[in-house]
Amino acid sequence: MTRGIAVIGVGTTGFRATTPDLSYRDLTYEAAKKAYLDAGLEPKEIGAWVATSEDFVEGYSIADEYSPDQLGAVLRPIYTVPGDFLQSLGSAVMMLNSYLYDIVAVQGLSKASNMTTKSYLMDFALDPVYNRPLNQHSDYLAGMEMNRFLFESNTAREACAKVVVKNRRNAMFNPLAGHGCDLTLDYVLASATVAYPLTEMDIAQYSDGAVVMVLAAKDTAMSLSKRPIWLRGISWCSDTPSLENRDWGRAYYAQLAGDMAYKMAGIRSPRTDIDFAEINDEFSYKELQHLEALRLCNPGEAGVLTMDGVTEIDGSLPVNPAGGCLGAGNLYECNGGRAALEVVIQLRGEAGRNQLKDVSTGLAMSWRGLPTTTGAVAVFSN
Amino acid sequence: MGYRRVAIVGAGLTKFHRYALETPKELAFEAVKMALASCEMELNDIQSVCLGTAPDAFDGVHHNGEYLTDGAGAFRKPYMRHFVGGGTGVMGPIHGWFHVASGMFDTCMVVAEEKMSSIYPHPAGAFLTIFDHTTEQPIKPTLIWIFAIEMARFMHKHGYTKEDIAKVAVKNKKNALDHPSAQLGSEITVEDVLNSEVMAYPVNRLDISPTSDGAAAIILASENVARRITDKPVWLDGIGYCLDTAYWCNRDLYYPDYVEVAANAAYKMAGITEPSKQIHVAEPYDPFTYKELHHIEGLGLCKRGESVKMLLDGVTQRNGNLPCCPSGGALGVGNPIAATGLMKVIEIFLQLRGEAGKRQVSGNPTCGLAQAWGDLMQVGTVVVMRR
Repeated sequence: MTRGIAVIGVGTTGFRATTPDLSYRDLTYEAAKKAYLDAGLEPKEIGAWVATSEDFVEGYSIADEYSPDQLGAVLRPIYTVPGDFLQSLGSAVMMLNSYLYDIVAVQGLSKASNMTTKSYLMDFALDPVYNRPLNQHSDYLAGMEMNRFLFESNTAREACAKVVVKNRRNAMFNPLAGHGCDLTLDYVLASATVAYPLTEMDIAQYSDGAVVMVLAAKDTAMSLSKRPIWLRGISWCSDTPSLENRDWGRAYYAQLAGDMAYKMAGIRSPRTDIDFAEINDEFSYKELQHLEALRLCNPGEAGVLTMDGVTEIDGSLPVNPAGGCLGAGNLYECNGGRAALEVVIQLRGEAGRNQLKDVSTGLAMSWRGLPTTTGAVAVFSN
Repeated sequence: MGYRRVAIVGAGLTKFHRYALETPKELAFEAVKMALASCEMELNDIQSVCLGTAPDAFDGVHHNGEYLTDGAGAFRKPYMRHFVGGGTGVMGPIHGWFHVASGMFDTCMVVAEEKMSSIYPHPAGAFLTIFDHTTEQPIKPTLIWIFAIEMARFMHKHGYTKEDIAKVAVKNKKNALDHPSAQLGSEITVEDVLNSEVMAYPVNRLDISPTSDGAAAIILASENVARRITDKPVWLDGIGYCLDTAYWCNRDLYYPDYVEVAANAAYKMAGITEPSKQIHVAEPYDPFTYKELHHIEGLGLCKRGESVKMLLDGVTQRNGNLPCCPSGGALGVGNPIAATGLMKVIEIFLQLRGEAGKRQVSGNPTCGLAQAWGDLMQVGTVVVMRR
């Protein structure tokens, strides 16, 4: 059914803890300019845009007002998806597959450093009647989920710490990532507890940054780009927002989204067909939980594989070779954008010291963060 | 190859008013249930859901789309939210059209929900932070100020009077008397509008739509599926949308370019060359009285500067040649932002099916249009529908 869709241009500011020299509009402008240059396009050649933003994160009541100008999309078809960048990417895929446009650009942004009360903000995402009155720091939800996941999957606590060590070390050699660090397992395990068993080091720090990606339908992509990266499958899914009824042990949203994306991409055996993955690790255990949900390993196996080094950058299934959220920072709605960008960079062979050998298919996966159960998956091939 | 044809096969709409007891989820649930029942479908038949809800600040919930997941019937489904301010309601069928036309899904449910009463003391507070943080917010503008500026410019440019424009309120509030979901249907006179409280000259209280709570839902299906579901599908034959610059102070506000661009895209898709003749019934967005006229001009349903003549001649009355807002519009039915746009789509759906009851326009219409507008006077969203 699909027309064949490729990424023909990417642009980013890189991801830093703070960007006092740039406004959120500057960040998008820089990423857009680089993406258009990369694709060899002027904005007027682009058919439509999808922007990504959530009001409370941007600090505006109607944040989408400020989407068109810095993208060069004034009086052009553009709309905003208040979701993850990968959901916007899914929207762009549908727009291209409907044959209305041949080229669509997608934008995502984080200006987390503008926000002084991030945890209060997260509390506003809780059910106002049942959950918000509990008045707890929202990370307790991650602590509860981590506890349940470790119990159900019989995973060792150390495996989560290993994820932190691995991802932050990978980030050291990624010039885009801002939280690279050489840590030891003991250092992570000894960090202060936030909500048992979750510790400070298990939680990704925040970063600023923007990503713009230009997609094109097959014929256009072939004529414009020497190295198109094909977007073979994409899907997104939401489980329940209810804290009381959700499955705390496993990431059902990731499983459903993954299965739909694999089906679209014609992938029967993800473990053999996927060469590497950039998957959401806003909290260390999330990488393991998502690995299992995405069927990249058997249930209960993610921790063991991680301890064995299988997911290291030189392992047989590199996971978050670019550093993940732990290494590059939590970018809110742009987390999926960063993951997709790193997959594209790898498949183009432009990942520098982090370059993997002989990779042809990569997976990007995002989760919308606490307290949501929404995730999206995209599969790319070169 | 091209896109698949997409039809609306079912619709649900709650009453618009202040809901003190129901949560936003419950409002969405009610609309979804009505929409499914209207075409005898079940939630299992729905492959994807997209949701429209305007600022999170109204409901006071961050990630409002996520919060509404189960109410909108999206549990464990591909579910995506779209947001273009006040234009969100009509963006719904456009976003849903992409879901189905692309071939990714055979069915898509489009839900719109708004609960404005939970913001206290007044939802206008949510609009204080829509302005540029550096150049505009320090002046502390309110939403009504900027519309007063636009209305004044529109009146000045075309020589329209307050009396002319007040007739839109008279027409729409009267139309709303026949709408079961309406909040403010009433028989008023031009004098009532002119004598109502001045909010910011030239905008009086009765020039403004009320704040409301409400939800709406429609079900979209691909052609072959739609024909299995209903004998009376209404086709989404044209879609158009765009955003103008956020720097609204740099624009001449008398004319909505963003509506024209969006409308032209939709007309091109639907093969419409003379909108004033080929569109039989229209639901332009009317959160303010002058806005209906402003949008009618942008939509090309008349020449620039002739919308008041059209109004005075009775062309836009329900029994006129080109009925506009036969539902009663945002002024009469109410204005729960995102749900209003979808209410307008539903009105055209019912009009084209001949199911609008007392509101049914004459002339057996076969082609209609719904439009919404939003953000800093910069969004145009348009759908053209056919029987």
